[in-house]
Amino acid sequence: MKVRIKFSKYGPMKFIGHLDVMRYFQKAIRRAGIDIAYSEGFSPHQIMSFAAPLSVGYTSEGEYFDIELRTPMEEEELQKRLQGVMVEGIDILKVQNLPESEGNAMASVQAASYLAGFRSLSFLPDDWEDRLLAFYKSPTIPVSKKTKRGEKEIDLKESIYRFEIREIPEKCALLEAAAGHKGIYMLLNASSGGNIKPSFVMETFLAAIGVTLPEYGLVIHRVETYKASETGEIEDWKALI
Amino acid sequence: MRKLALQDEILMQVEKPARYIGNEVNAVMKNKEEIAIRFAMCFPDVYEIGMSHLGIQILYDMLNGFEDVWCERVYSPWVDLDQIMRKEKIPLFALESQDPIKNFDFLGITIQYEMCYTNILQILDLSGIPLMAKDRTEADPIVIGGGPCTYNPEPFCDFFDLIYIGEGETRYRELLDLYLSCKNGNQSRKSFLEAAAMIPGIYVPSLYEVTYKEDGTIAERIPLVPGIPAVIAKEMVREISQSCYPKKPVVPFIKVTQDRVVLEIQRGCIRGCRFCQAGQLYRPVRERDLEMLEQYAVEMLDNTGHEEISLSSLSSSDYSKLPELLDFLIEKCNEKRINISLPSLRIDAFSLDVMNKVQDVKKSSLTFAPEAGSQRLRNVINKGLTKEVILEGAKMAFEGGWTRVKLYFMLGLPFETSEDIREIGELCNEITALFYDTVPKEKRTSRIQIVASTSFFVPKPFTPFQWAPQNTKEDFLEKAYQTKQSIVSQLNQKSIKYNWHEADASVMEGIFARGDRRLNQVILRAYQKGCMYDAWSEYYHNDVWLKTFEECGVDPDFYTIRQREETEIFPWDFIDCGVTRQFLLREWHRAQQAVVTPNCRMACQGCGAGRYQTGVCLERKGQ
Repeated sequence: MKVRIKFSKYGPMKFIGHLDVMRYFQKAIRRAGIDIAYSEGFSPHQIMSFAAPLSVGYTSEGEYFDIELRTPMEEEELQKRLQGVMVEGIDILKVQNLPESEGNAMASVQAASYLAGFRSLSFLPDDWEDRLLAFYKSPTIPVSKKTKRGEKEIDLKESIYRFEIREIPEKCALLEAAAGHKGIYMLLNASSGGNIKPSFVMETFLAAIGVTLPEYGLVIHRVETYKASETGEIEDWKALI
Repeated sequence: MRKLALQDEILMQVEKPARYIGNEVNAVMKNKEEIAIRFAMCFPDVYEIGMSHLGIQILYDMLNGFEDVWCERVYSPWVDLDQIMRKEKIPLFALESQDPIKNFDFLGITIQYEMCYTNILQILDLSGIPLMAKDRTEADPIVIGGGPCTYNPEPFCDFFDLIYIGEGETRYRELLDLYLSCKNGNQSRKSFLEAAAMIPGIYVPSLYEVTYKEDGTIAERIPLVPGIPAVIAKEMVREISQSCYPKKPVVPFIKVTQDRVVLEIQRGCIRGCRFCQAGQLYRPVRERDLEMLEQYAVEMLDNTGHEEISLSSLSSSDYSKLPELLDFLIEKCNEKRINISLPSLRIDAFSLDVMNKVQDVKKSSLTFAPEAGSQRLRNVINKGLTKEVILEGAKMAFEGGWTRVKLYFMLGLPFETSEDIREIGELCNEITALFYDTVPKEKRTSRIQIVASTSFFVPKPFTPFQWAPQNTKEDFLEKAYQTKQSIVSQLNQKSIKYNWHEADASVMEGIFARGDRRLNQVILRAYQKGCMYDAWSEYYHNDVWLKTFEECGVDPDFYTIRQREETEIFPWDFIDCGVTRQFLLREWHRAQQAVVTPNCRMACQGCGAGRYQTGVCLERKGQ
């Protein structure tokens, strides 16, 4: 039985890297007494697949991983048990059994949405919102992107599906450092072949309007992770569960 | 939500921020309003090392079991954060509450190896606590040391208010109660320390003075307060199966050195190898009950979610119920897909069979620790392992499919000759040849690989070799060269790899190990010049240390290469470690004659530990 688990990551947990989050969940599954399936071979490992890695320092309410169960379990029961062994800063938001036909979490990912805020607005010009939005209207945004094999010229515009200015609520615990300010909402390509980091988008955009971002000036929160729809229309994209 | 002591910008700059945020599974949180005593427990090295230490886990569990105490953890900030904290004047904090250490009642520091002494000063300094105990005021925490190095606390005694000699499980409640009554009675720090000096196992360095003879050796130790004990006897757990042990150890987020459940099956060792300090300090050997271990193993695995369990002891093969324990673990662990790791097992038919069940033979290697190349020298150090036993074990292992062998030796042992060193190469060669004789060509799955490693011998207090002169750096390097020569001249040399340790650090370790109070100023000065993390070769600055000794007018050779008289008063002689000086001296004489002494199970040697009336001392002998 294949199960998809959605979780959030916030507070001190944002400093735990992707590999350590994976190790954390491997141990959590054992503590929760969940009967997970193991791979074959001399050193069997839990059958577990994470959707899109999250950079250290980001918070999120849209993280996912899949596991394979040896004995099926009620979704609610699984969520309750797993939540019972979590530390502060990771909550299990949703658990859903998957049909066997469903592709694994990582391969399914199409896009992810982010909220980016500034620790301080002091370095920004007054009309920064208009200027950023105007830049987004450019027909193409040619950039060179670092890849494993070197640098590649791409059109960044093709990988940005949404780019909006939004108010970050005053009491936003997840994005505390930027709460009460205006921030940027982005929907970006997060597929395994074309993943774009929100920090890269922000750096490119701010440079285009002549603003140098101070080091660690941004706070970034992942809102949701999406899978592609059959129609291919952005409007039809759905959260992974 | 908990507020972190370090701002996001700082945590994003440093390597592995997870070292500093706490919040781990099973970390203990308490309401500080309901707490009478705040205790910070420190391992003065980086998080990954400190978190792997069993002793702190035991004491953390015990102290947090007291309702009125909150024990938190603190480790050495790594060099990157250390710099930022100094620059930004950020006080060192405890992981759980993220509160400054300076505001705690106690700072406990475990001292596990000599090369961490400067890190003790780093901890105090970053906390904003005066480095010298004499400069502390009522507002400062009580700084207490513990751990194996405190069996000679004199080189660092000026930095501590109290030193706890022996196993930590026994006297903390008494000490904390005394602290509370002094605090509630508005008594001074000084009167608390004087009262603490009366608690068994507690040493208060400031209450004693040491005078020296003209030749630099100790003339006398003078208690400065009437009535305080002249000799401090070590504390020891008598009922080891009833003592506290953590059922819910803290589970780190990042990979640490000991990333598994650690089950201490026994404390102490029956063997009495003459170079080994732990083998004397933890006498008599005390085994935990099988039932206790089985129950703890299951609960600890359930509570941590670890995928591996390791048995901990100085010599696991000597645990009398080992087959039963392993049968139980293999069954439990197979069903839960948990690995069993088995360090310190003697290689024989039994252990090979067990290893075959729990490890991938192709990946694992066999480990032998002959410690010396020749039988004569093995007799000198009382290492019972014979060449026949090694070859027999290796033969069985080769037949079982093993192809990788690790061999550990020491160079610079007392009474060592070039012949002993030459035999290291010969032994390696013989094992290699045995592989070719044992495994026919068509059955060889891969090439035989032998890795021989040598470390340099450092004489330690409370061992029969405490009287032995240590080799010089030049001797060490010459011996490593001889070992290399001996290995490359062998027929099968291509299958043998040789590693050796740094000589500089071994010499420094030797100075600290048998040092006296005059080293406090040297350590302080070296720290002030930037020495820290001396256990990490990339941060160890031998030149700075040597210069500091010179500036302080302290001769390093006095502590290392000097021939010590049998009647000399050693800096650590005011401690009673359970084993008598008379026994150690007898063992020193037997070493000179290369005579082996039977182990505790074969025949009691009257070492002195019998007075504790526990463990192996109560068993019938000679079975």
